[in-house]
This record gives sequence, structure tokens and C-alpha cells, in this order.
Amino acid sequence: MPSDVDSTADEQSNGYWFRRGLAGIISAPAFILMASFVGFGGLAREAGWSAGEAAFITGFIWALPSQVVFIGSVAAGASFGAIIIAVALSAVRLLPMTVALMPILRDPKRPGWVYYPASHFIAITAWVVSMMRLPDVPRGGRLAFFLGFGMSLTVCNVAVTLLSHQLAGTVSPVIAAALVFLTPMYFLVALWSAARMRADYLALITGLVLGPVFHHVDPEFDILWAGILGGTLAFGLHKIMERWS
Amino acid sequence: MNDLAHLPFFGAATAPVWAPYALIVLAGVLPTAVWRWAGVALAGRMSPDSEVLTWVRAVATALIAAVIAKLVLYPSGALADMPITLRLGAAGIGFLAFVTTGKNVLVGVLIAEAVLIAGQVLVYG
Repeated sequence: MPSDVDSTADEQSNGYWFRRGLAGIISAPAFILMASFVGFGGLAREAGWSAGEAAFITGFIWALPSQVVFIGSVAAGASFGAIIIAVALSAVRLLPMTVALMPILRDPKRPGWVYYPASHFIAITAWVVSMMRLPDVPRGGRLAFFLGFGMSLTVCNVAVTLLSHQLAGTVSPVIAAALVFLTPMYFLVALWSAARMRADYLALITGLVLGPVFHHVDPEFDILWAGILGGTLAFGLHKIMERWS
Repeated sequence: MNDLAHLPFFGAATAPVWAPYALIVLAGVLPTAVWRWAGVALAGRMSPDSEVLTWVRAVATALIAAVIAKLVLYPSGALADMPITLRLGAAGIGFLAFVTTGKNVLVGVLIAEAVLIAGQVLVYG
């Protein structure tokens, strides 16, 4: 399908493309994301958050790494400022993702402000699927498709968070541990498969090593140090290797 | 939840019911949303592959990798009761399965979970 077909027909089809987006919930990426949110419900419960608070976190933060960092920082007794900095650093990858998605999503016929509230639904899974599928959607239907997919993902994962929070209190300790283990395991393989450049792979390795090191040096700011120093080290190595190759 | 008296809204002897939600919005929702809004504002004015954004992505990736290592090495609750060798072994075998199946995320996670549960039940149980 051509990507910039005449949009007179598309304008009536917002409902159609919204429903097509909703249907995207039945897909492998959506299934994997829901499995990883099963782990989040257990993690939030272990840290002492109620089911309603955990569901609020999923619905309004809507970025699993930020959610886990937020819960972990509060549990570690970090100060208000340290929590904000840690969450902000864990979410900074949303900036380049949004910059890359906007030229595909933007429709010159719509007012520019609509993309600010719509951007709430940008997170790894919605981004990957949108980057793959939006070029085949007529430009007039892209925002509707994106909102349909983003809203169905968010609503389903709020429900998964509520259910798994309840479930975590009733299952055996082995299963409860397995639920919590879902989160780091999913992050590990998802980050590795989302990596595009050598700098991304190097950053994953430096972070894995420096996280435990700084845990012993400075437990309050450990992930901040590991992120800033590990990421800068990975970027520096990437530049050096680029020059030599 | 552990002691939160050092945080805003939690200073009183009994924190109001909205205190956790205010904390989530100010320290969780806004620090995440600002990057999406900045991305909308900057789109078309900078390349997603620019040097500064490559560095920014590396910092975020390293920070999340540090979180992964901490969740496996220093967990709390039920996972902490499992031996560290089992946690590391399950993560390692799951990652190997992920790599050898052409980066299949689902296979990696499921194999790691299977090793963790089987190891706990059969070996350490």
C-alpha cells in the first residue's frame, strides 16, 4: 500500500484504523509484554505497594524500566531527588525513540498539540510495532492505529498488573519467586534484541558489571553511577573502536 | 512499605491516602513523560542517530542493565530465598537459549524460568 495516498477517504476511516490498532493486542510482542507485566505485579507487591497503586503506576508511568527503577529506588530508601534522577535517566531512551517515530506518525492535517498527549503510549513494544507497521497504514489513519494499539496494550497491562498483584499473594514461594524473576530476565533479552549499535551492547555489559560494583560503593546512587559512568564508558569505547575499524 | 518519612507527603505520623499517588506522579510519571514531550518537540530538528542521542541511549541502557544485575544478585522476598548460583545459572542458560534461537525473547524468558523452578524443586527443594 502506498504510504501517502490521497487522504479524503482516510479521514472517515479513523474508526477503522483505531480498531485495527486494537486488534494488534493479539500478537507475539503484546503477549510477551503482558508476560513481563505479570512479573511487575509480584515485584510491586513484594515492595509493599497496594494493587491500586501498582495499577496506577502501570497506567500512568507506562514504561516498565521506569516503573521498576521507581519501585527499586523507593525500596532502597533513596531521597526524593535521587528517585527523580534515577527514573528520568532510565526513561531517557524515550527521547530518541519519539524523535524517530514522529516523522512516521505525524499527519500535517492534524493540529500539532495532539501528539503531546498521544506520546504517553510510546514505550518499547508500541514503538517497535509502530515502526514496523505504520509505514503500511495511510498517513491519515496512523495516529488512530497507534492510539488503538497503545490503549489496548495499556488497558490490558493495567489488568495484568492488578491480577498478578492478587495472584502473587496466593501462589507458592517458588512461583512467587519465578514471577519476580520474569522482570530482570525479560529486560536482559529485550534490551539485547533492541540494541542497534555497538554502543548499546557495550552499555548493557558495562551496566551489568558496574551495577553490583557500585552497589557496594554507594547503595543509594548505585544505578545512577552505573548508568552515567557505564554508559559514557560504552560510548567512549564505541567511538574508539569506530576509529580503529 | 518501609519507612518513607524522608519523602514529601509522608512526613506526618500517618501519611494521607493520596501520598503514594502524589509520589508516583511527581517522582515517577513526570520524569518519564518529559522525555516523550521533548521528543515530540524536537522531532524533525535532530536525528535519532546523532552522537548525543547515541550517548543518551547508552546511559539509559547501562542504568537498566545495572537494575537487571541488582534484581538477580540482590533480590528481596521469595527470590532472595533461592541460592545465588541458581539465579545466575537460570539467567545464563536462558540468555544462551535466547542467543542460540536467533534472539527469541519468549524462548529465553521461558527457559530461564524453567531452570529456576526445576532447580529449586529438584535440587534445592
